[in-house]
Amino acid sequence: MTAHSSTTEVSGETGRGEDRKGFDEIHILWISEGMSCDGDTVSLTAADQPSIEDLVLGLIPGLPKVNLVNKVLSPSLGGEDFLAPYRAAARGELAPFILVIEGSVPNQNIIEGDGYWTSFGNDPETGEPQTLNHWIDQLAPKAWAVVAAGTCATFGGIHAMAGNPTGSMGLADYLGWDFTSQGGLPIVNVPGCPIQPENFMETLIWVLYHAAGSAPPPPLDHMLRPQWLFGKTVHEGCDRGSYYEQATFAADYNSPKCLVKTGCWGPVVNCNVPKRGWMAGIGGCPNVGGICIGCTMPGFPDAFMPFMDEPPGATLSSLAIKPYGAVIRRLRGFTNELVNHEPRWRHNKRTLTSGYDPHWRP
Amino acid sequence: MTTTEARSKGRKSPEIVDMSWDPITRIIGNLGIYTKIDFANREVVECHSTSSLFRGYSVFMKGKDPRDAGFITSRICGICGDNHTTCSDYAQQMAYGVKPPRLAEHIVNLGEAAEYMFDHTIFQDNLVFVDFCEAMVKATNPGVLARAERTAAPRGDIHGYRTIADIMKAFNPFEGEVYKEALKVSRVTREMFCLMEGRHVHPSTLYPGGVGTLPQPTVFTDYLSRLMRVIDFVKKAVAMNDDVFDFFYEALPGYEQVGNRRILLGCWGAWQNPDVVDYRYENMNTWGKAMYVTPGIVVDGELVTNNLVDINLGLRIMLGSSYYEDWVNEEPFVTHDPLGNPVDMRHPWNQTTVPVPQKRDFDEKYSWVMSPRWLDKRTGDHLALDTGGGPLARLWSTALSGLVDTPYIKATGHSVRISLPKGESLPETTLEWRIPKWSNTIERDRARPYFVAYAAAMALQFLEEAMGLVRAGDTKVFENFEVPDEAIGCGFHEAVRGVLSHHLVIKDKKIANYHPYPPTPWNASPRDKFGTPGPYEDAVQGQPIFEENGPDDFKGVDIMRTVRSFDPCLPCGVHMYVGKGKTLTTLHSPTYGANHG
Ligand code: SF4
Ligand code: SF4
Repeated sequence: MTAHSSTTEVSGETGRGEDRKGFDEIHILWISEGMSCDGDTVSLTAADQPSIEDLVLGLIPGLPKVNLVNKVLSPSLGGEDFLAPYRAAARGELAPFILVIEGSVPNQNIIEGDGYWTSFGNDPETGEPQTLNHWIDQLAPKAWAVVAAGTCATFGGIHAMAGNPTGSMGLADYLGWDFTSQGGLPIVNVPGCPIQPENFMETLIWVLYHAAGSAPPPPLDHMLRPQWLFGKTVHEGCDRGSYYEQATFAADYNSPKCLVKTGCWGPVVNCNVPKRGWMAGIGGCPNVGGICIGCTMPGFPDAFMPFMDEPPGATLSSLAIKPYGAVIRRLRGFTNELVNHEPRWRHNKRTLTSGYDPHWRP
Repeated sequence: MTTTEARSKGRKSPEIVDMSWDPITRIIGNLGIYTKIDFANREVVECHSTSSLFRGYSVFMKGKDPRDAGFITSRICGICGDNHTTCSDYAQQMAYGVKPPRLAEHIVNLGEAAEYMFDHTIFQDNLVFVDFCEAMVKATNPGVLARAERTAAPRGDIHGYRTIADIMKAFNPFEGEVYKEALKVSRVTREMFCLMEGRHVHPSTLYPGGVGTLPQPTVFTDYLSRLMRVIDFVKKAVAMNDDVFDFFYEALPGYEQVGNRRILLGCWGAWQNPDVVDYRYENMNTWGKAMYVTPGIVVDGELVTNNLVDINLGLRIMLGSSYYEDWVNEEPFVTHDPLGNPVDMRHPWNQTTVPVPQKRDFDEKYSWVMSPRWLDKRTGDHLALDTGGGPLARLWSTALSGLVDTPYIKATGHSVRISLPKGESLPETTLEWRIPKWSNTIERDRARPYFVAYAAAMALQFLEEAMGLVRAGDTKVFENFEVPDEAIGCGFHEAVRGVLSHHLVIKDKKIANYHPYPPTPWNASPRDKFGTPGPYEDAVQGQPIFEENGPDDFKGVDIMRTVRSFDPCLPCGVHMYVGKGKTLTTLHSPTYGANHG
């Protein structure tokens, strides 16, 4: 295996609680007010194996009854009525619940005064906007499990890229990578920009089986990603692999051959999309003509830009593919290691270190 | 209007209540609507719309490789990210001087057609129609529901429902037939999208210069078979929508005033004609008019211009109520366009975005949204154009221009005729959308299913032309290019809910400036520096209230219908409380609902 993330064994995982009875009913409090496009929620509605209706209507055997509270999907009232379960949970009156965060967490510490980067409802006493950070501080310590949906929430993503003004970061940067929920679980990270619909649904369902008491916690890798989804590289599941093997590379995007020379990062990116397709097996990335831009990775997007150029190091490994084997694996492992790290500027300190300069001129 | 006069005659002393909706559910992004309602005279007297989310694309794109712009800007929107990628590629193609092969244009057009079909369907049937469903009408206008039960549906032979109330029942969330079928259709149309653009919502196969989509016959066959599977659903949707909306005018005289505003519509055009477009700014008026949705600005029912150059030069970005520093003292990036016309400092090419987070104050600054306006040279007015939720402006502008004439779509000067082929259960059908009398809530909603039909019809044409090329062996989908040292570009497109532009300035082969303007800033803008309210504010402010409930059990459905008619990214849900957060309303809240309240 070339990917670092595939090395952790299921049995070596943390957070397997003592014997306990499972829950019959659980709430999912989903907050999409992070720095995001809400694309993960929209993506979720594309899942059909199973669908969100199947989950909510109780059509999957063995799960607790699920009460999903999500802004985009909620047909119920908005505002205070919509916020009621969040407020109840913050008061400690609603348990157990799974907290899902969508979008990256902006740094409120770099704002002086009463401003905010993003808010979720108003303070009932003062009428002032309540920040996302406020809600995370209130809810994360009380959550039975915490799930980060999409690359923004897991690692920071696009909104945390170099030069950003908001100091955005992923949830684990905010809460700490060693955070443990009430249920004894680390944060469960499901990266993807946006989430592949079925990847997310499957992870959620595993967490729910665990909540029901009928499954161990989902096996996660060192970046807290589900191992069975992110344990292999894009390259390992790509239709174009045999072209790579024969060293026939596309010179531009008109070709069905391997895209490594036109920008594909597949050899070092942990993602199953070429294998699984985008929805119901249709679509994807390199398999259907899109370069892999590493959208599931901690280093996304900065480590992969400019996207349309050959990745550094790719020449070496694509030239060297004839003497197959250990050398390549070592080189790839090295790059995989690099792109499996977030940039240093993602933190919750009082200073903004992203290189932000609104007046930048070349 | 007669109702307004009637209302002003018998005015009572006002009885004003503060009401707000924040956060609004079933929407993408953070939107809050704050109103004052006069219950004595049953009208909204004041409205502010606010967005509480800043993200900063125009800031962090500076200094990046311009070719990355489409990949990054897709992430602006979680439902129409592809519209951004497409628009960014248009702007880049202008800057790089590259024209994609014809097949690539067809593939992009097919992707965009699927996107319109998907997004308008899920929005209208799963979100807007919650406001017109049986449960909602019962809770807000029981008298109207009783009448709907007695009213035969005039187009029952097409959609199969006997009475108007039967249609309303089919709209009930999670239980109604139409609601359930629409969810399924929204997945089939997304599969069509993925066939062309790889992934939904952030596409993987679009590049400046073309696409990477493997142009095998299978891709087109798979798309066509799915399109034909949903074509009768589209015909039925138009018939059902017409029945319900006609009924509302009839059952509630004066309803045309709900969400009515001056006709101030903008459309930037959609779907390039591959035989005409060359992406050169100098020729933009010509290829703009060859698009399959004609761009245009419509003021008081009159077409002011359909020249993309005029549209471009008239753009002004205003501050006033937004949390930003002004940029008037910066050095301009672009002083003249490639035709030698002067470019204003308030034009997107010259904008510098400097966020200043601060307290929300409705008398001062209250939103992260800026105020895009269009300068009408004839009057000197900075017009707060809206998009009519997208379809209303698109159809209106196309109809008035009378330029689109294809096998399936014909613009007549006063209407747009759409022909759809035979499907599983319904025969070949020609639909006609006629220019309405008002730019109001009902007409915004009515235009939407017509535009789904329009998109389906255009998809058939693009498919035929694309398959023709593939069968003739013309399968080139990408054209190479060089990034120049210095260049400017602009892209004009229609996101699902309306106008979308991207403005790009390249220096030293890097992005020196980049400003995307999607529809929601136009529609959701706050008051500008002249005090002109944005379109949501303007449409809601002054609108009558028809809901039968009094202030204590008021649900605000007429206001919610208005805000939703603009398609604020994803539909808004209802949230309503009075004063210090006292909740006044509950609807049906079947499966997804919170049962803790
Ligand atoms: S296209 Fe990308 S993922 Fe596929 S074989 Fe080539 S390098 Fe690997
Ligand atoms: S771009 Fe790469 S990481 Fe992202 S979904 Fe596609 S294959 Fe996976």
